[in-house]
Amino acid sequence: MSIPRAEFLAGVKATIPLVIGAVPFGIIFGALSITSGISVLGTMALSVFVFAGSAQFIGVSLVAAGASIPVIVLTTFVVNLRHALYSATLAPFVKHLPQRWLLPLAYFLTDESFVTASTHYYEPGDLTHKHWYYLASNLTLFISWQSATWIGIFAGTRIPDPTRLGLDFAMSVTFIGMMVPLIKTRPVLAAVIVASVVAVLTFSMPNKIGLIIAALSGVLAGVFVESRSPDSQPEPPPIAEESRA
Amino acid sequence: MNEVLLVGGMALVTFLVRYPVLVLVTKIPLPDRVFRALRYVPPAVLAAIIVPAVLMPDGANIDVSPTNSYLVAGIASAIIAWRTKNLLLTIVLGMAIFLLLRALTGGFA
Repeated sequence: MSIPRAEFLAGVKATIPLVIGAVPFGIIFGALSITSGISVLGTMALSVFVFAGSAQFIGVSLVAAGASIPVIVLTTFVVNLRHALYSATLAPFVKHLPQRWLLPLAYFLTDESFVTASTHYYEPGDLTHKHWYYLASNLTLFISWQSATWIGIFAGTRIPDPTRLGLDFAMSVTFIGMMVPLIKTRPVLAAVIVASVVAVLTFSMPNKIGLIIAALSGVLAGVFVESRSPDSQPEPPPIAEESRA
Repeated sequence: MNEVLLVGGMALVTFLVRYPVLVLVTKIPLPDRVFRALRYVPPAVLAAIIVPAVLMPDGANIDVSPTNSYLVAGIASAIIAWRTKNLLLTIVLGMAIFLLLRALTGGFA
């Protein structure tokens, strides 16, 4: 089996557990969007063109609450600002790729595929073909999300109040399953604790801006603790010259 | 509600935080210190999303009572993830514990 093909299949395999968490969330989104008064076409268009679960969820909740379009678009921007951090994190690993690769890698980026791909990139090994793994994770989630939205539109509307079932916990448990294995060093633990505390303290701030403040605080806490404990420094980043090949 | 404007606006700002940043950072070399700092992005963002979701399920008030199924199942899921390092098992068991707690605390009533 060729290396790109092996990387692609490994990416699909690593992402399948995340699909189980994303599908219930996508179903709730589809149902909630319809009950918020958005058409079937508009709901599908949100999943295809925005493709950002939590921003879509908040967006249709704001529609239901009667918010104006500029407020909803601004909130979407702030909620998705973390994607700028994701892009900056992944960019050094994909700089050897042509534009036709960067576009799909960026367009289909999600929380789940970011964590999956970055974990794979930080592992030792040749970087040359790891973008196939990253693309596979992106596409697996995209296809699942569209299917789940579709189910939510037609089946979810029969459930009177989908949020009451607590299917929204599916996203939390997925993210917990992704986060816990990352906590291997004291700086990472510090990043997690500080981000958690700041996220709770800033939760009532408008447009969900607290999310990005909390994330940046966590990153700074990680850097600070790392600088104070040289023994727990992670190994050097695996940016190899051969990745330009 | 003009849905074309809604979807177009949301899609545009989402695209703008993804693609231009990726292209820009592939063109300019990141200082090593920044590159190292970005290693903390995945755990920090995940924590910032998870903790308010399980600690404040109504979106406003902190609820640390044992009837908060989100929190209890969240802690159980974290322990399962820590002990097993198995993502699939964590998600399946975590959801099962959550749904059981919801049933027991009358969350579906």
